[in-house]
Amino acid sequence: MKLPILSLVTFLPLLGGVVIALFPRGREALVRWLAFLVSTAAFALSLLLYFGFDAGSPDYQFVEQVRWMPSFGISYHLGVDGISLLLVLLTTFLSPLALLSSWRAVEVRVKEFAASMLLLETGMLGVFVSLDLFLFYIFWEAMLIPMYLIIGVWGGPARIYAAIKFILYTLAGSVLMLVAILALYFHHGGVTGIYTFDLPLLTRYVVPGGIQLWLFLAFAVAFAIKVPMFPFHTWLPDAHVEAPTAGSVILAGVLLKMGTYGFLRFCLPLFPQASLAATPWIFLLALIGIIYGAWVSMVQPDLKKLVAYSSVSHLGFVVLGLFTLTPQGIVGGLIQMVNHGLSTGALFLLVGILYERRHTRLIAEFGGLWQVVPAFSALLMIVALSSLGLPGLNGFVGEFLILVGAFAWAANLSAAGPPAYLVPVLATSGIIFAAVYLLWMYQRVCFGEITAEANRGLTDLTRREWAVLLPVLLFIVWIGVYPRPFTGKTEASVQALIAQVQSKAAAAAPAQPDLQRIHASGAPTPSAWGAGLGGR
Amino acid sequence: MSNTVWLIPLFPLLGTLLNALFGRWIGRHAHWIAVPALACSFLLSGAVFLRVWNGETFRGDLFPWIEAGTFRTAVTAQVDPLAAVMLLVVTGVGFLIHLYSAGYMHGDPGYARYFTYLNLFVFSMVMLVLAGNFLVLYVFWEAVGLCSYLLIGFWYTRKSAADAGKKAFIVNRVGDFGFGLGVMALWVALGTLDYGTVFDEVETLSPETATVIALLLFMGACGKSAQLPLHTWLPDAMEGPTPVSALIHAATMVTAGVYMVARTHALFERSGVALDVVAWVGGLTALFAATIGLAQTDIKRVLAYSTISQLGYMFAGVGVGAYAAGIFHLVTHAFFKALLFLGAGSVIHAQGGEQDLRKMGGLAPRMVLTTITFLVGAAGLAGLPPFAGFFSKDEILASTYHRGRLWLWALLLLGAFLTAVYIFRVVLLAFFGGPRMSKEVAHHLHESPPVMTLPLGALALLTAVAGVAVGMPSTQGTAFARFLSPVFPLSEEVGHGGLSAYALLVLSVIVAVVGLLFAWLLYGSRPIKVEAIGRPRNRLHALLLNKYYVDELYGFLFVRPLLRVAGFCARVFDLGFIDGIVNGLGQLVVGWARSMRRLQTGYVMNYALMTLLGAVVIVGFLLSR
Repeated sequence: MKLPILSLVTFLPLLGGVVIALFPRGREALVRWLAFLVSTAAFALSLLLYFGFDAGSPDYQFVEQVRWMPSFGISYHLGVDGISLLLVLLTTFLSPLALLSSWRAVEVRVKEFAASMLLLETGMLGVFVSLDLFLFYIFWEAMLIPMYLIIGVWGGPARIYAAIKFILYTLAGSVLMLVAILALYFHHGGVTGIYTFDLPLLTRYVVPGGIQLWLFLAFAVAFAIKVPMFPFHTWLPDAHVEAPTAGSVILAGVLLKMGTYGFLRFCLPLFPQASLAATPWIFLLALIGIIYGAWVSMVQPDLKKLVAYSSVSHLGFVVLGLFTLTPQGIVGGLIQMVNHGLSTGALFLLVGILYERRHTRLIAEFGGLWQVVPAFSALLMIVALSSLGLPGLNGFVGEFLILVGAFAWAANLSAAGPPAYLVPVLATSGIIFAAVYLLWMYQRVCFGEITAEANRGLTDLTRREWAVLLPVLLFIVWIGVYPRPFTGKTEASVQALIAQVQSKAAAAAPAQPDLQRIHASGAPTPSAWGAGLGGR
Repeated sequence: MSNTVWLIPLFPLLGTLLNALFGRWIGRHAHWIAVPALACSFLLSGAVFLRVWNGETFRGDLFPWIEAGTFRTAVTAQVDPLAAVMLLVVTGVGFLIHLYSAGYMHGDPGYARYFTYLNLFVFSMVMLVLAGNFLVLYVFWEAVGLCSYLLIGFWYTRKSAADAGKKAFIVNRVGDFGFGLGVMALWVALGTLDYGTVFDEVETLSPETATVIALLLFMGACGKSAQLPLHTWLPDAMEGPTPVSALIHAATMVTAGVYMVARTHALFERSGVALDVVAWVGGLTALFAATIGLAQTDIKRVLAYSTISQLGYMFAGVGVGAYAAGIFHLVTHAFFKALLFLGAGSVIHAQGGEQDLRKMGGLAPRMVLTTITFLVGAAGLAGLPPFAGFFSKDEILASTYHRGRLWLWALLLLGAFLTAVYIFRVVLLAFFGGPRMSKEVAHHLHESPPVMTLPLGALALLTAVAGVAVGMPSTQGTAFARFLSPVFPLSEEVGHGGLSAYALLVLSVIVAVVGLLFAWLLYGSRPIKVEAIGRPRNRLHALLLNKYYVDELYGFLFVRPLLRVAGFCARVFDLGFIDGIVNGLGQLVVGWARSMRRLQTGYVMNYALMTLLGAVVIVGFLLSR
């Protein structure tokens, strides 16, 4: 029998978490090291996935399928393809770094913290590798609990409010998704006679138009909250500000990607026509997110809030890319998910380093840091530049591909004429605002004279902090200079996904009279939408 | 040739990495890495140039880069005569500036950091020139923007410097927004970003599409080359160390826009309209910036507006289709403007950082070398024969005239007059007349060390001979234009022969000389009343002193409204409205639950009553059916 790598990667952290939970109190150093080593081992294992992955095949690989509750059509079905591979790696890569970053930041209930982080890792990995909707939903919900605890127990002063807001927001979406999953299950069973939660099986089926739209909406709201897309984003700044650094890193780095991943893995292939019909609306929200997020970032007095709102802007780009349904847009979106995880993760790490030293995150408290902590400042500059999409660093590769995809999308809508081009044009304007808020922040933190006396005694990066940041930096440069090892793994799956969505949409279109209704009511014609935008 | 070509950017890149990673230990020896790195690049550029001279060209991929679906790009380099010339200028002038910096920046606490940035700047510019497709061009287009940000804000503790760096980056980003869109539009239209394929297939584009793409690209050029209306960052860029100004204004960065338009001229020609826009923006900027230069009191600011103005000439040149003339002016300008900036740096250095022309005067006897070389640079800028600027500027003027763009020609001629006035105003105020600095500063006046005067001498020599050597007009065009003819075919009227050509030449000289005399009349013929300089004398003068209030206008139109909208979104809309709804929902639920709680009184009697009432209602309902 082949080694079940996916199961091992997914459940190794859980195992580690359980072992740590059984530890006696007071062995903090040991607990820290053990948790770090376990998650590092998971990363090492996940590298086998990368090197064993056949980039030429669009199919699920490393598949494991075991009958679980056959009477309900539930199986333990795991697999990765080009869409999830990079996200799995991102998760296993960031988790040990997040643990390492909390070495000094978390002093109380270390054991519980480490266990929660490991449990969280298993939950996140499970979401990315599940190919069974039931299993997926279990992981999706399981992940919430440790994150809730991490914010609520180890967070800042308003942690309870933030944690409850986080969990209620997300649960509201999850419940809708659960209803939709069940509806899909019963509908599929009713029509075909096969009651199953198996994603590949369900994907083959074309859901009739009317139902499809509702199911799409239920899934879409759940994912939109998770991303978060405007206007469902207000849980994010609170959660980030209150969460401990490690929590913020994982939250921004991985958790938000579940939303975008969900769109790609579920919404597009399961509900292609509804997705296409909803595209203009999704684009509208994505564009608002890009620009609005950047604007709001600009005036935040708190570093963490600034980074949190910038995520709204960045993920607007990702969603935009995914829904262009072009290879450039989707590959760009996938790479941008990774990039955002790295860049924003690194930003949170750096902010955390400042916070550990000064116990404040207010921009006004800093200034002139370059004179005191040059290494820190240099890294912050590189990460800020990566986040604002400077060519040569990772952010550019994703953003550029997404914008090219948006352009190609607009060009394909030749009927719509020039208004469709507003989408790429407005999205591109986001890169100007990104430069504004990041460079302004940078200037106020690192340039100028030292204004606060407390900053004079700051110590520069410690060896442990270098160890946390250097790997992230390595990938920031690597993806920027030579993205092929990353984009190359995704392409076959992305192409297959596009072909599948298009053929399903085309096959369904004439046979489903309901579709007409979707087009008539759900989506305005492209030109109407463009005109609406222009008139705003 | 392949290896040689790739080595040219490799050396400054290595220099950057070494100084960046080990600068802490290298410290004040940083120039021993940075300067030789540039020297190697320059020598290799020379070798490449000779090969190109013999008719070779080069084109090669380093590795495949961004790829998705049909979007395929690689890191591609190409060398043709145009690139070869640019390489020589960038690495040559860059080398002299590096050398000079070793003296100028001596003792600065950020010495290693300075040379890290400087090497990175040249690396980026070399790659920009070498780029073989639009994506590589775009990447290094932004990279030089980054370098200017880092170097302008080099003395970051000064708020004005940090502000200026940020402004440079953001204004450039506004331009790059257009440039990026142009690149994407090009790919959508043609399915490729490779220079060769794009220029071959440019005829398949409709003129309208070509116009849109070309104008978007030109938007980037306006940002990078500081043309109207995106010129505002360049004067502020004076906050950087003076050699950096020389580097930005002469060898790198600002010339990128002109180079780009020349490089992609096929696209601009396909549009036609776009080419006219380039010419007019160039012509207007040339005059606009020259007028501002007349009134400024900071020696570096005068030179900054002069750069904007001269770039306008280059754009006017390429805009009327005289690409070789535009590029020739780019080259000569690189010589004399680097010279002027380094000369100004020498003056500033000698005066302990003073940049105000009002506090200078009478430097000539104390700084002979600087004075002579500065004069050569001024003559080059003013277009006095036989200095290089005379030939290159005349080529542009003649081309506009011969192509029937008389209005443009008149604009540029007026600009030429103003150029002579403002640069000799600087010369007279700084080097001649009585000294106006404090006793203490006067006491410390000294000529700069050889490491600084050597580059001045070299650039002065280049300014003196470049025009005569390769810029002599003839019936077959200049030697320079003939060298570039594989890229820019020589046009028919190129000879500029006949009486009108000589008449134009003479007219140029007269205009420059009259400008010189005019400056002398104002600032040289009688003692200078220092109080009168830099004070608004009348409305027009106030307008010039305040740079036409463009910065204020942008502040009013863009900066403050943006901040206000952002503040509204953050504080009112996000926290008040959206979060208000979210929290309101929460409170609604809690409130509802609280009111429901009152029903749970705990008295069995109450519950029994409710049960009875409920039963009555249900029975009543059932009976009534």
